[in-house]
Amino acid sequence: MSDDLKSGRIVIVGASLAGLRAAETLRDEGFTGDLTLVGDEPHPPYDRPPLSKQVLLGRVPAADVGLPARRPVDARWKLGVRASGLDPATKEVLLRNGERLPFDRLLIATGTRARPWPHPEEARLDGVLTVRTVDDAHRLAERLDAGPRRVLVIGAGFTGSEIASACRERGLAVTVAERGPAPLVGALGGTLGAFAARLQRAHGVDLRCGVTVTSLTGDAGRLTGAELSDGSRIDADVAVVALGAVRNTEWLADTGLAAGPRGVACDAGCRAFDMYGIVTDDVFVAGDVARFPHPLFEYQMLALEHWGNAVEQAEVAAHNMVNPGPRRRPHLAVPAFWSSQFGLNIKSVGVPTFSDQVTVAQGSVEEGRLVVVYGYRGRITAAVSVNRAKWLEHYRHLIETAAPFPPEPGAADRPASPKVVPSDVPDPRVLSHGPTVALTGHLPDRRLAVVRPMA
Amino acid sequence: MQIVVDLNRCQGYAQCVFLAPRVFELHGEEALLYAPTPPDDQAERVRRAAAACPVQAILVGERAGAGAGTDVR
Amino acid sequence: MSTETLLERINAYASRPDPYPLYTELREHGVARQDDGSYLVGTYHEIAALLHDPRISSDVRHRTHPDLRDRPEDLPPSFIAVDDPEHDRLRRLAMRHFGPPHSPGRIDALHDDIVDVARELVDGLRGRDRIDLVDDFAYPLPVTVICRLLGVPREDMPEIRGWTNTIIASLDRSPDEDPDGRLRAAAQARVSMAGYLGALAQRRRERPADDMISALVHDDGPEGRLTEPELTTTLTLLTIAGHETTVNLITNGMLTLLRRPEALERLRREPELMPSAVEELLRYEPPVQMLPQRTPLTDVEVGGVTIPQGVPLFLVLASGNRDPLRFEDADHFDPARRDNQHFGFGSGVHNCFGAPLARLETQVALTALLHGLDAPHLVEDPPPYRHSPILRGPRHLLVTGDVAAGAGA
Repeated sequence: MSDDLKSGRIVIVGASLAGLRAAETLRDEGFTGDLTLVGDEPHPPYDRPPLSKQVLLGRVPAADVGLPARRPVDARWKLGVRASGLDPATKEVLLRNGERLPFDRLLIATGTRARPWPHPEEARLDGVLTVRTVDDAHRLAERLDAGPRRVLVIGAGFTGSEIASACRERGLAVTVAERGPAPLVGALGGTLGAFAARLQRAHGVDLRCGVTVTSLTGDAGRLTGAELSDGSRIDADVAVVALGAVRNTEWLADTGLAAGPRGVACDAGCRAFDMYGIVTDDVFVAGDVARFPHPLFEYQMLALEHWGNAVEQAEVAAHNMVNPGPRRRPHLAVPAFWSSQFGLNIKSVGVPTFSDQVTVAQGSVEEGRLVVVYGYRGRITAAVSVNRAKWLEHYRHLIETAAPFPPEPGAADRPASPKVVPSDVPDPRVLSHGPTVALTGHLPDRRLAVVRPMA
Repeated sequence: MQIVVDLNRCQGYAQCVFLAPRVFELHGEEALLYAPTPPDDQAERVRRAAAACPVQAILVGERAGAGAGTDVR
Repeated sequence: MSTETLLERINAYASRPDPYPLYTELREHGVARQDDGSYLVGTYHEIAALLHDPRISSDVRHRTHPDLRDRPEDLPPSFIAVDDPEHDRLRRLAMRHFGPPHSPGRIDALHDDIVDVARELVDGLRGRDRIDLVDDFAYPLPVTVICRLLGVPREDMPEIRGWTNTIIASLDRSPDEDPDGRLRAAAQARVSMAGYLGALAQRRRERPADDMISALVHDDGPEGRLTEPELTTTLTLLTIAGHETTVNLITNGMLTLLRRPEALERLRREPELMPSAVEELLRYEPPVQMLPQRTPLTDVEVGGVTIPQGVPLFLVLASGNRDPLRFEDADHFDPARRDNQHFGFGSGVHNCFGAPLARLETQVALTALLHGLDAPHLVEDPPPYRHSPILRGPRHLLVTGDVAAGAGA
């Protein structure tokens, strides 16, 4: 049994971070069979976080953001080819070029793509961009180099905020339009949302919250600006659409897998569910496209667009692909992510959106250095640090052990009178920016609330 | 040479910035920026920085999938 | 023996050459309460948890234990002995002129200087058949470097060495001697040293030079300058810590290598291993064996034990570094060890300020010695140790062997 798992044919659909680390782990774990990676981009795996930071700042060329290999993978790489379907009966991946790739086990790691501007004609205007791929970032960096008079960023999630930060650091005028009440509010709630709003304004961002962009306007095919729902108008020669991500699951329609707009459902061992909630044993899922149950968050299915989750889940998936039942491992890592913007380092552990209350446990909003702790029904579920990363490990432990919320007092730099306030995590439907952490309920089926694109 | 830093692990000790200041940079007090493809003349400094990272967050290697065009082995 | 606490046995001078069996015993006890009410922690994961726990203070003024009072002096504590946000502010102001984000290249720029100093020192050993690695090399190297960096005249170092030794002696709490006397002497030494450094800073105010003291006294940063007492305590700290621990790191390093000819040979053959070898030395023989001045600000549970508010808490870093639950083959010295997340420079917000300088100096120092000394041998093993169980290292390290002709490159 075990020996069989070390050989045979494995296909990984998705050749980014999760696909790469899975391939390496398969070889580390002794897989000697045929390994094929399929990627729709023509580039070898690369690292996305620098795209909205170093690359937009002009410090690093977009072409430089490759990923180092942990080890050789001896794989067949099919790059620049999109998977178009899956035949579960014959166990084959169908490629857009007509090729069929037979597999014994499959890993789905197709990730996400940038949510496009919902009006295709406006989206085609010269000057309207997104930032998801290395080519996107290269194009935007070039636009920024050219010194546009104003950049409009649509959506104030992490990507939108980082783009705005890079623009300001380059001295460019920037307007940020966000449908919700504040930047980052969808991921971090009200306290840090208000902090982020002050931060952006202090750095000269023209921040408009509670508005939507009703149309992008152009002249002779070039963007000239945008009209907002409050009746105002912005002149801009670049607009960056940062409305969050769309999960790449369309190719799995009608395959019988539990795949839908919120991702591909899988168990804690990364095995995909079919549409009836029955777990498969030869199809695995990892990375941004996966939704999986997590015991720390009431076994809700989590969908995480996190770098660390892509690595950790890929490692678990790969391990479980080549090991028999009793030796399989669960994916239990506490979610974590980071963002750097406006000179600040923001780091999160746990799931801030899984909360009803927050408190500032260390430092202060005024100081710009702080740790915010999130609680849900009296236990700690998340913590976010701003320029206070060295303390975060402590809170990770509190999350893992379901420590009581609010945290026990005693921190040397705690506020004099810490207040516990509602976490004010808005319904994602009222935001421009899609949340990078999505709690997607308990059911592993695909008949879920439709996430509609937001203007 | 290709590098990636696991910024979930990174706690901002900045030892890499001290040891290879042309490759690693603090942006503000704590956020780390770095050149994913450091120039060759920085290779030794980068290796020293990776060895010294107190949370072992720096992965140094060769570019993954280099030369992997469409359908190459 | 049985009436002595583990801490007393660790502190006993006889334990200095090899405290590691006592650390093994400590780890078996978990979080260990001593008869005097203090707590000793020597397991890796528990030390890690406490170093990142914001309820653990570095300020001994939070101690409520009757036997350990405030220091008998008026000088404010340096940043290693206060908590955030004060610690953070003081450290940030000092860091502006030492490292990133404001002075990212300062230490890197010292590299060639350090290589030259090491080469001169090795050249000075030529022709001698017996050397003391401490007095002839491991002490003068970091002293020369820190003097240049800060701007302290080299000729004043003997006086500074005297104050330093007195201050360090006060860290010990051996009950068999005169602890009150040592504390009084240290307080006097601190005042003298602060006076000296204050006068030096005043000279730099009037006539700036290209050194850290000048940069500190002329700082026009947004958060202002250190006050005069803050400046002198910071300078005292940087001067002492800037060389004291590096002496031990270099000496412990050579001692470790001289005891393991195969590791020494390997490093000669594979010089690219030196950075990881120095990390392994920091794990295997860390110059700071324990952190003696932590205090819980509230009752803190760790490892199934509740450490009460206000008690002295000793984090034995050198023991955590040998914890087999964290490090494979923990008592084995492996210069190519991977996943080496050691406590050689502590961890958390109080991690060693001068770590990058100490690393660079030690890498350069050991490289110079390995290539400058031909067939070196220890004259006595174990060597005589300095008194401190906290800043632990040999007092002298006598070595025979030729200094290779033309070596030192």
